[in-house]
Amino acid sequence: MLHTCNPDTWPVRVKPAYGAQMTEPEAPAPEGAVVPDVGVRDAVEPLVVLDRVNKHFGSLHVLQDIDLTVHRGEVVVVIGPSGSGKSTLCRTINRLETIDGGSITVDGVPLPAEGKALARLRADVGMVFQSFNLFAHKTVLENVTLGPIKAKGVGRREAESHAMELLDRVGVADQAHKMPAQLSGGQQQRVAIARALAMRPKVILFDEPTSALDPEMINEVLDVMVALAKDGMTMVVVTHEMGFARKAAHRVIFMDGGQIVEEADPETFFTAPRSERAKDFLSKILTH
Amino acid sequence: MGFIAENLSTYVDGFLVTLRLTAVSGLLALVWGTVIAAFRVSPLRPLRAFGTVWTETLRNTPLTLVFFGMVFVAPQFGIIPPLGFWTAVICLATYTSAFVAEAVRSGINGVNVGQAEAARAIGLTFGQTLGNVILPQAIRSVIPPLINVLIALTKNTSVAAGFAVVELVATGRRLGVGNAAAGAWVLVGVAIFYLVLTIPLGILAARIERRVAFAR
Repeated sequence: MLHTCNPDTWPVRVKPAYGAQMTEPEAPAPEGAVVPDVGVRDAVEPLVVLDRVNKHFGSLHVLQDIDLTVHRGEVVVVIGPSGSGKSTLCRTINRLETIDGGSITVDGVPLPAEGKALARLRADVGMVFQSFNLFAHKTVLENVTLGPIKAKGVGRREAESHAMELLDRVGVADQAHKMPAQLSGGQQQRVAIARALAMRPKVILFDEPTSALDPEMINEVLDVMVALAKDGMTMVVVTHEMGFARKAAHRVIFMDGGQIVEEADPETFFTAPRSERAKDFLSKILTH
Repeated sequence: MGFIAENLSTYVDGFLVTLRLTAVSGLLALVWGTVIAAFRVSPLRPLRAFGTVWTETLRNTPLTLVFFGMVFVAPQFGIIPPLGFWTAVICLATYTSAFVAEAVRSGINGVNVGQAEAARAIGLTFGQTLGNVILPQAIRSVIPPLINVLIALTKNTSVAAGFAVVELVATGRRLGVGNAAAGAWVLVGVAIFYLVLTIPLGILAARIERRVAFAR
């Protein structure tokens, strides 16, 4: 299934995979410091830029002065304890959550506030949810074609053939005419990934994509995500899957209390975290 | 029973007026009520405010008062509605739209918020999200309360009897005046013809509910 991929059917890659450019290891940063965005990263194009983003839920300051740049082709894993603001961060990028201060730009365009301009931007930013959120009244195939047909004006025939390619790619082509409820969680989530890909997005946001899955279904979804990452898709992934982070991420962001506490490449982060908070967090999740 | 059979054609004339009142104002109320429900969940504050004022005002006003307002107050603002069928339709549809809006809105709120988020995330506009994703799923839970609204509407058409529309109740009143001896049978006849409308509505509700059911 995954091995039958045809790279031509994937969103057009503008540059080589981001990882290919990260040839030189960075100098170790001083204890407790946040790795600055320097060196080789400047050579690639910023795609999603968050600048001093702030958000409150009532009295809770859920995002505090978040600065984050995601480059084209880069895979960023966001990790942190529950309530740290990582999901909220992910959801602000396509404005499912509004922000109180700061700015977010996608491919150089500031997020529009409302209306058709926002809808157009969202068409370029894919999203995969924890709870799949497939349209319950539509077949698998209709789930994947709805966006291209309605939001992009693609013809039905063309949308369907592209959708079938994508469903084949994620290994659920044989389920195309079933309703979402007839599929397993892992299959539903793979359909959700195909639905996001059908829009040929510039970046895909994953909000804890495997957290609602039974253990034996987690890998079938992660495999699809790893393949996507290898093909150069820009991804922001909120997850606790260390295996995925190690295999596919270029950068790990550790959040706590609404702030980015630490960021590093996966190997450094998991083996030698600098902040006490990250050490404490990792000791709790890596012991089992 | 003999009385009802003897005056069958008179009853049927009144029944047909009640049927037309119900059908036309029901259809208008369904359409306009759905629009009002969409206003109430829209991202635009003025539309939400309009929807709220519309629903709350009409839902909390007696239907008779709506008729009186239309017939006696509107002329003071230069609107002179002709007494009769279409005046009754406007009043009934306006009044019923508030209840339709509330039923549809509760159905919209019953659809998992993740469905709307997923629709927005693939770039659908508010209208496309509502029309392609939310309303088709809301229909299932909205059918039973909507049928209740339509059954209430069927019986509410009797208010038009007080405003020069000769529907079932007005027909019964005329029959009663001319045939005092028939007594209760006049009213039994009226009641039977209402049942002819409302019982099938209940059956229809069960049918549609089964047809639009889908696995979640």
